[in-house]
Amino acid sequence: MSYTMWILLTASLVGINCGLVGTFLVLRKMSMLSDAISHSVLLGIVGAYMVSHHLQGVSMLVGALIVGLLTTFLVQWLHQKGVQNDAAIGVVFTCLFAIGVVLISLFADRVHLDVEHALMGEIAFVPWDVLEVGGKSIGPKAIWLLGFVLAINIFCIVFAYKEFKISSFDYEMAVTLGIPVVLIHYVLMGMLSLTTVASFDSVGAILVVAMLIVPSATAYLWTDRLSVMLICSALIGVLASMIGYMIATVFNVSISGAIAVSTGVIFFISLWIAPKHGLLRKWLKKSPA
Amino acid sequence: MNRMDINVQWVFTSTALLGLASGMIGTFALLKKQSLIGDAMAHAALPGICIAFLLYGQKSLLLFLIGATCSGYIATICIQFIVKHTRVKEDAAIGIVLSVFFGLGIVLLTWINQHEGGNQSGIHDFLFGKAASLTGSDVNVLTVTAVTVIIMILIFFKEFKIITFDRAFAQGIGIPVSLLNGVLMFLIVSVVVIGLQAVGVVLMSALLITPALAARYWTEKLEWMTLLAGGFGALSGVAGAYISLIAYAPTGPLVIIFATVLFIFSFLFAPKRGLCSKMIRRHIERKKLQSQQLMYKRGEQL
Repeated sequence: MSYTMWILLTASLVGINCGLVGTFLVLRKMSMLSDAISHSVLLGIVGAYMVSHHLQGVSMLVGALIVGLLTTFLVQWLHQKGVQNDAAIGVVFTCLFAIGVVLISLFADRVHLDVEHALMGEIAFVPWDVLEVGGKSIGPKAIWLLGFVLAINIFCIVFAYKEFKISSFDYEMAVTLGIPVVLIHYVLMGMLSLTTVASFDSVGAILVVAMLIVPSATAYLWTDRLSVMLICSALIGVLASMIGYMIATVFNVSISGAIAVSTGVIFFISLWIAPKHGLLRKWLKKSPA
Repeated sequence: MNRMDINVQWVFTSTALLGLASGMIGTFALLKKQSLIGDAMAHAALPGICIAFLLYGQKSLLLFLIGATCSGYIATICIQFIVKHTRVKEDAAIGIVLSVFFGLGIVLLTWINQHEGGNQSGIHDFLFGKAASLTGSDVNVLTVTAVTVIIMILIFFKEFKIITFDRAFAQGIGIPVSLLNGVLMFLIVSVVVIGLQAVGVVLMSALLITPALAARYWTEKLEWMTLLAGGFGALSGVAGAYISLIAYAPTGPLVIIFATVLFIFSFLFAPKRGLCSKMIRRHIERKKLQSQQLMYKRGEQL
């Protein structure tokens, strides 16, 4: 496979992963938690490095999972203790991110991880960082990592589809039906942390937020069915990656930034032309025919 | 006095003033439940700064301030538009605007890197902040802006108080609510922008939220809360800058960590609303209740 194909495949896998998880975030009105986790995951990666002394896939996933769940737990706990939700999110993730940045700057000479890389990603280098088994290259590491996380995400969603659906749309009903809502919440946050860290290394923290929220919010404008919304947001994520990559190569700018911008453009277009919830249709309806 | 000392003085003055202004204005952002809008605006300022740089060709804090204010203001309008006209909720709208604007900023930043030569180090500091890189004219702009913001808060204090706590009442007595909301937004954007260079895009929102939240634990009065938040902000600014000077670590994160320590302390030990004092009070009440019940029981037995 060519260099371009690997990059497109990576970006598409990020798009699909984020689209699936992001759908539930948008429906549960927890979009800003993704912003929080995408920042605090940095601490998880630094922590994993300090414990294991290398930046390999598994230890990074574990570190991110721990810090991601810690972030969720702290936000929840502060909220229970009377701190309003937006402020709780704001305090927790900025503090964890700050600790991460300080740790990086203290170990800067030894860690191959600068904060800029973490924020902007280095998707352009993905194809060169290949996984070798028995001396034979079997494709970029990032692809395997993203594929692995995708398998987990699909498994969780298919396995507990009904539970996810009910608890996202009608929390009280889910509680009454005896669905373990707290467990579902933490499973979703676990999925979010894994998705974030797997995407993080190749596309950076900000793009993860764009990929999680924007395609899902766009899909939310197009459809009223959860299953359609899941597929739609994954497809929009892939489409945005393709367009973004093309823009980035033409103008020679940051790939992850261009992908974020193209998700925004797709959202903006959908805002007007979406069949049921688009603005054009609403205005046409209002004006007497 | 040699140059080093003057530079150190600049850093302390500017971080202290910045902390003071952001703590005070953050109080209103917090009470209006708009903490995360500050986060969105800090991210949205980046494309504005880049465009100002592209138009002017070199670093100038005043122009960056104007550019960032424009893009920050456009971002708030976008958020309000999405919330008002579509079924997308506020949290998602903030997330969309934040990430797309920041993505655009990154695109412009890489564009500048390639086309304007290596002379972008000034912009670069905006991502994570580097208080030590402040120059004399930067400090002037920062000082003037911070002082203006503080004076504006003092002038409009009563109006801001009313629109924060009772919007309908404010409208009823003829206060121009949407105009004042705009002023408040503008003040928040200005503080965010001058803070970018000292503490960086990502952590600027924390300087709005954390000191205000810490102050919330000590008092029920807005006047005291604003003052305390300003004090906490200034203290964190100075302490963070000091630690960063002796430890050679980035200023922004240290300022935020110090502010968070203040918050945790307030959260646990504030006299009335703190966690510990709540627990102690509950313990005392329970003891009281138990002894009362015991007395009732004895009364019945008699």
